[in-house]
Amino acid sequence: MKTIKARDIQEKVMALALRANTHLRRDVVALLKEAERGEKKRLARRALAAIIENAAVADRKSLAICQDTGLPIIFVELGSDVRVQGNINDSIQAAVAAGYARGYFRASIQPDPVFRSRRLTHVPAIIHTDIVPGNQLTITLMPKGFGSENKAVTTMLNPTAGVEDIEQCVVAAVQRAGAAACPPYIIGVGIGGTQDYAGLLAKKALLDPLSASNKRKDIAAMEQRLLRKINALGIGPCGLGGRHTALAVRIKIHPTHIAGLPVAVNISCHALRSATVTL
Amino acid sequence: MAKLLEYPFTKKSIASLRRGDEVSLTGVVYTARDQAHKRLVALIERRKTLPFDLRNQIIYYCGPNPAAPGRAIGSCGPTTSQRMDGFTPVLLEYGLMGMIGKGERSADVVAAIKKYQGVYFITHAGCGALLSEYVTKATRVGFSDLGAEAIVALEVEQFPLIVAIDTEGRSIYDTRGKKKT
Repeated sequence: MKTIKARDIQEKVMALALRANTHLRRDVVALLKEAERGEKKRLARRALAAIIENAAVADRKSLAICQDTGLPIIFVELGSDVRVQGNINDSIQAAVAAGYARGYFRASIQPDPVFRSRRLTHVPAIIHTDIVPGNQLTITLMPKGFGSENKAVTTMLNPTAGVEDIEQCVVAAVQRAGAAACPPYIIGVGIGGTQDYAGLLAKKALLDPLSASNKRKDIAAMEQRLLRKINALGIGPCGLGGRHTALAVRIKIHPTHIAGLPVAVNISCHALRSATVTL
Repeated sequence: MAKLLEYPFTKKSIASLRRGDEVSLTGVVYTARDQAHKRLVALIERRKTLPFDLRNQIIYYCGPNPAAPGRAIGSCGPTTSQRMDGFTPVLLEYGLMGMIGKGERSADVVAAIKKYQGVYFITHAGCGALLSEYVTKATRVGFSDLGAEAIVALEVEQFPLIVAIDTEGRSIYDTRGKKKT
């Protein structure tokens, strides 16, 4: 049994908040550069060049990649052989708030969603915790911007629906997003489980390395097929047309009920941000 | 080559802009997003004074990050324009000349742009760090209690824009996305 003091994770999580928001993921940068090389339309290529330059400026000057530093989403993987001394959730919230303040990030959270009357804050982050085997504690912070979160869709298909219907759900969601959510997008898809669980899977799919594809060949083929269909929409970088409406599609699946087929689509803008630490 | 647009703006200075034109803007733009729009329209309806005179001005749909020491402003890219669609026609009617944001606008907004001879620009979406480099000064002018949604006058130099909807109501989005899957 390993003991970790809740207080000791604070410095690490604070660093995650800064790193995730100012340092664009390498796999995202790689796909952006590949897209720029392959983009024929002048304004679209220019948009991609600006996106790549923006990541460099953010990195060099410790500025937020995007002014929307998001609603911070935290994924905790707690090893079953780890004992946390103290309240891990409180420590994470305090660390996220401190990290966001230290980075001069915007307070984007309205504590009162109905009357919108309260002073804006940096937290609460939304924390998802999984108990996993082993003696490690892994924490991931994903700043999720709401321009793209607003375009998330979950559809409860009939269990008799086919692959074509599932793919149509995904393509339709991207078409509805249009140019509004900062294309080129990274598309997370959750298939199965329940309405809420599919949504969570779709978001978790965005954390998978973009350089890989699904381990199952049939699902990996769906990812590739969806990417082609989405790029055929012609929305393009910044909505300026061109070949790259999305950079990648990642799918996560989970067993579901005989009566249903939940399909969730979580769209990420091109600034897909996350950072992870393992203790 | 980008066309130059300089403060003070006039209807004449935007009349020659066409959809797809690249524009370099130097002067003042006012940030305003969701809650600020709701308040501006409420003030207009109650015939109250606005925090700034809308006439011939440009609103930037942006909620900037705070300035770190030594900087004019933090990251400050555009937010999604379509959330402001319900408020925009009234603001255009009361003299607003242009908007800067990202993404498509509603048919009502396009019609109002044409009717009042306004213009809708887009800028590099999701590039707030890069865009902050074009800002030389930021001054809060209203709704301070809204925090990031307060109205801020941003002084910008050669701020990069693309004309998305021109004074004739022609949109860059009309010409793309026709392919079916």
